[in-house]
Amino acid sequence: MPIRVLVAKPGLDGHDRGAKVVAKALRDAGMEVIYTGLRQTPEQIVETAIQEDVDLIGLSCLSGAHMTLFPKVMELLQAKGVKDILVTGGGIIPMEDVPRLKKAGIAEVFGPGTTSDEIISFIRTNVKQRT
Amino acid sequence: MGLAERVASGDRRAAARLISLIEDGDESIRTELAELHCRGGKAHIVGVTGSPGAGKSTLIHKLAKGWRERGKTVGIIAVDPSSPFTGGALLGDRIRMQELSTDPGVFIRSMSSRGNQGGVAKATADAVRVLDALGMDKVIVETVGAGQSEVAVMDVVHTVLVVVVPGLGDEIQAIKAGILEIGDVFVINKADRDGVEAAQRELEMMLELDGDKAGWRPPIVKTVARTGDGIGELVDKIDEHWAMIKREGLLEESERQRSRREVLELLKHKAVLSLLSEYGPDDFDALIKDVAARKMHPHDAVEKIMEKKKVKN
Repeated sequence: MPIRVLVAKPGLDGHDRGAKVVAKALRDAGMEVIYTGLRQTPEQIVETAIQEDVDLIGLSCLSGAHMTLFPKVMELLQAKGVKDILVTGGGIIPMEDVPRLKKAGIAEVFGPGTTSDEIISFIRTNVKQRT
Repeated sequence: MGLAERVASGDRRAAARLISLIEDGDESIRTELAELHCRGGKAHIVGVTGSPGAGKSTLIHKLAKGWRERGKTVGIIAVDPSSPFTGGALLGDRIRMQELSTDPGVFIRSMSSRGNQGGVAKATADAVRVLDALGMDKVIVETVGAGQSEVAVMDVVHTVLVVVVPGLGDEIQAIKAGILEIGDVFVINKADRDGVEAAQRELEMMLELDGDKAGWRPPIVKTVARTGDGIGELVDKIDEHWAMIKREGLLEESERQRSRREVLELLKHKAVLSLLSEYGPDDFDALIKDVAARKMHPHDAVEKIMEKKKVKN
């Protein structure tokens, strides 16, 4: 069964090249990737993840607002009782922010220089089998 | 509570999960699906097909908004192709529908064709049942960008919309024998471009030649989906078609035809699997080798596989 991934860009920056490169790499790894475009609200992302029944949400943010937006997505997922969707983050994210993001429930943070293979292998290892 | 029951009570997560299980071909949900089928049949199912880039996703976004304004709930199943090499898929139809994603009266699901030909996925028909059970008044099925032969959508829906764009006069010629035959409503989208009149003439001529479909002359509606021009009229025409098939008693006939095709499709699939499992994969590979080496015609290979079944019975 193909792993289903939502690649989403919360916030206001218009830089989606990274997200598109990752989306294509995941597709080429045999996954089903839902790509929703720029400027998504956390509410839209969570609702989309539910309707699409994804295994993982990959958030990409290059605006610097990740400390607000990523935890907000986690909060909304929790409020909806969603516990089985893994969430990762990517973009220009300072090292010192990573521990706090992980504490908020982000499973992994992929900064600049991460290879597609690293992301793919993380997903394959960590996505839970659906129940 | 079972998944079917949860879906019927409006549980969107249950609906989403059930669609995944359908896509994965999970046998454990057969009774749930039966329940949905027997209780369902309320929704009006609308297929939207047309070549890639015709503006199907944007049009569907506007159609859904049009129906929402009229108090209808809307489910959308958007099919995109899977990669023939990796089986993966990039599903991007939601990009043009994001405004709808937080509307509680709308449920959108992207679906990979998972190698299926014909413009829809194997799971599409059952996914439609799920959205019907979820209480959606309208269920829109967006096909893979389609050309001449992607007509399978007619097996899943009541009303087929065929979307064309101006400036492609020859394209209309090219698809004349294919998807144009299955259209109940025609849309010339991007109608702010040059060549609208030519496109309209082409379509009209073709419809003239085809004659009416059971008393229904497929209307041609000009739209600019981006701005919303013509959407109100399009919503009217689609609703008129639905009213017409219900009024004229065509719904039963349409359901019968669709049921027949769906049962035959499923039967084909199962029969092939069952024949192959009896024949055994090694023997099958040996047969294929003979055919490839030109020692045997494919017809005779098939005959051999069928024979084994006969001997066993």
